[in-house]
Amino acid sequence: MTKPLLSVDRLSKSFGNTVACDGISFDLWPGEVLGIVGESGSGKTTLLRSIAGLISADEGAVSYSRNGQDPVSVSSLDEPALRHLQRTEWAFVHQHPHQGLRMNVSAGANIGERLMANNWRHYGNIRDEAIKWLEAVEIDPARIDDLPRTFSGGMQQRLQIARNLVTNPKLVFMDEPTGGLDVSVQARLLDLIRGLVRDLGLSAVVVTHDLAVARLLSTRLMVMRYGEVIEHGLTDQVLEDPQAPYSQLLVSSVLQV
Amino acid sequence: MKFYKMAPEDINLVLDVEQLEKQFTLHTQNGAVLDVLDKVNLTVSAGEIIALCGPSGAGKSSLLKSVYGTYRVSGGKINILSEHGMIDIAKAEPREIIELRTRTIGYVSQFLRVIPRVSTLDIVANAAIETGTPEDEAKSLAVSLLEKLRIPAALHDLSPLTFSGGEQQRVNIARAMSAPRPLMLFDEPTASLDPVNRETVLSMIRELAASGTAVLGIFHDPKDREKLRTRDFDLKEAREPEDA
Amino acid sequence: MTEYNFAYLNEQTKKMIRRALLKAIAIPGYQVPFASREMPMPYGWGTGGVQVTASILTPEDTLKVIDQGADDTTNAVSIRKFFKRTAGVETTEVTEDADIIQTRHRIPETPLREDQVLVYQVPIPEPLRFLEPRETETRKMHAYEDYGLMHVKLYEDISQHGHIATTYAYPVEVEGRYVMDPSPTPKFDNPKMDECPALQLFGAGREKRIYAVPPYTKVVSLDFEDHPFEVQKWSTPCALCGARNTFLDEVIMDDKGTRMFVCSDTYNCAKRQASSEAAE
Repeated sequence: MTKPLLSVDRLSKSFGNTVACDGISFDLWPGEVLGIVGESGSGKTTLLRSIAGLISADEGAVSYSRNGQDPVSVSSLDEPALRHLQRTEWAFVHQHPHQGLRMNVSAGANIGERLMANNWRHYGNIRDEAIKWLEAVEIDPARIDDLPRTFSGGMQQRLQIARNLVTNPKLVFMDEPTGGLDVSVQARLLDLIRGLVRDLGLSAVVVTHDLAVARLLSTRLMVMRYGEVIEHGLTDQVLEDPQAPYSQLLVSSVLQV
Repeated sequence: MKFYKMAPEDINLVLDVEQLEKQFTLHTQNGAVLDVLDKVNLTVSAGEIIALCGPSGAGKSSLLKSVYGTYRVSGGKINILSEHGMIDIAKAEPREIIELRTRTIGYVSQFLRVIPRVSTLDIVANAAIETGTPEDEAKSLAVSLLEKLRIPAALHDLSPLTFSGGEQQRVNIARAMSAPRPLMLFDEPTASLDPVNRETVLSMIRELAASGTAVLGIFHDPKDREKLRTRDFDLKEAREPEDA
Repeated sequence: MTEYNFAYLNEQTKKMIRRALLKAIAIPGYQVPFASREMPMPYGWGTGGVQVTASILTPEDTLKVIDQGADDTTNAVSIRKFFKRTAGVETTEVTEDADIIQTRHRIPETPLREDQVLVYQVPIPEPLRFLEPRETETRKMHAYEDYGLMHVKLYEDISQHGHIATTYAYPVEVEGRYVMDPSPTPKFDNPKMDECPALQLFGAGREKRIYAVPPYTKVVSLDFEDHPFEVQKWSTPCALCGARNTFLDEVIMDDKGTRMFVCSDTYNCAKRQASSEAAE
């Protein structure tokens, strides 16, 4: 069988005396979407940011294997190599669009930045690519020169996704991608993400507190609490046959509409 | 080891359930333990249609879900014939289960889980595309299945969100039929259908079996069971080591 | 005490600044932090340029100071007076006679020589500052050669104006490595920086940075393949000397909107006028 795309081995991160993640391990295989669910303070966001290299872990190792080649130890990459990885094969969609966008440059420039950072030097080509991605995330291409601050929250989030996908990443990290959006907007965004994951063959790690989001997007699910993994398995396994007391509590707490 | 070679007399065996036990421990209700399956033994061979019987609560759905890997077993084995040989799904890795579901086991429930904004045609065609069928072929297959199940062309581009229960279920079945697996699990597939469509679905299932698919299903209506099954499997009496 | 140390700064300060200059010359285009001193003129009046000039000046040097190309504007006059008083050096308006030329916002039209030094006054040394306010980030961008954002600025120009609208402080790439702000000189002057025989030094007093372009260094203005770098052009020659290839200033003549275009480099213009008169 192929090698895992991403391997996390006993990752730990504390902030002072607070243990945010305690020895977390998992593998992610190509084409999988791993949902990490838990309530506030479970450590899920810290875990995501540590793996993605946005913050540094205290202990543990992360390795990444592109195209089945020998795994690269991400934890021991120097900063330029890590930054290069983060803007080519990896992507990070933040919960708040303003953390993942440049709010003072146009939508087109936001999408084009990664290309320009990767030495694209033809204005026309950059612009065409930006238009293509605006369409892919269902933003009217006529808004290519508008500033993100003139977009609605849902549009900003879709722009953030386009900005990340322009370099055809293999692995996407998402931190509460639908947090703070209206329900109808959420539905549309989730559907878009689901379609993109399928059509582009992406692998993803998605952090969410919303089990419905997890159900829709993930193939596998990991439940976290107080920095530990309480349970993990296939999404339907965890949601329909939760084993651990906390998982059962979580699943049963979801309001039936 | 998970994989083992089969004996010659088992050459058509697709599913071999051995001493299957399933308990639920309800931690949110003071740790109450529900015994749902108790040492169940069951086999299904290629071309067979096995109808699960027993009263409500006997564990029929639980058995199907255990075979599909949704439920985690408390004991016993669920051996399934995959491309690599027999594999015990109870001990399989999540990845392996996903592969089994992609290539070997199909599950058809009573309800369609509707994902908003995906058209009826795409729901059915994507199931085929995901298993390697080229897009145009998948789409024309989808059209013919939907027509067979009397979903008119006018509805093909709409999301099933506003369809009736029966229509949604027919879309669900069309989806299953567009990419059938060697082992198919049906959980009350015809419950919400009118007699005419029920007949159509039953004959589709019969055709599946005739082409070598192994079918394990729950069919609510005894008359349907009569028409369809190779044999019954009664869960109420499943404690006996022999099949009914 | 009416006596100042030669060129105002004490010798230790000059030593510190010279070390910074050597580092800057060793790494063309790289911004070297330095301990900028309090000078007897406020920030924004050329304190960086003055400190650089003060550190390299010798008693035998001849100094020229220009501001927007002119020798006779306030800034140029007062800096020249400053060095006359604190260093006692010869000053000149003749570009060819100067050993050191301190300039605000223009490069002289007269081609420079290997034995000359051009000292630029720089307000904001960081070319990325207006797009990325975090110093921590911009330092990393330079260190990792992560210059995508610089092209974003140019992209925005084209998308908003149809062409790259930056006309001064136009970013350049030095010796194929560092992206540098050439100071608020017009982009018209950028080509003069490329393979210039003279040493070019840049001082930003308020921001406390020094950078340099050694002689005969490659300096390339950033652009896009389909929007190449272009210098400004005027439709009329200089009204005073007839030059067609110099940077022209627009002078409003009256309150009816009459205008005249004249060379910004006053010395060069006067020289041309003198030689054309002599020819008659």
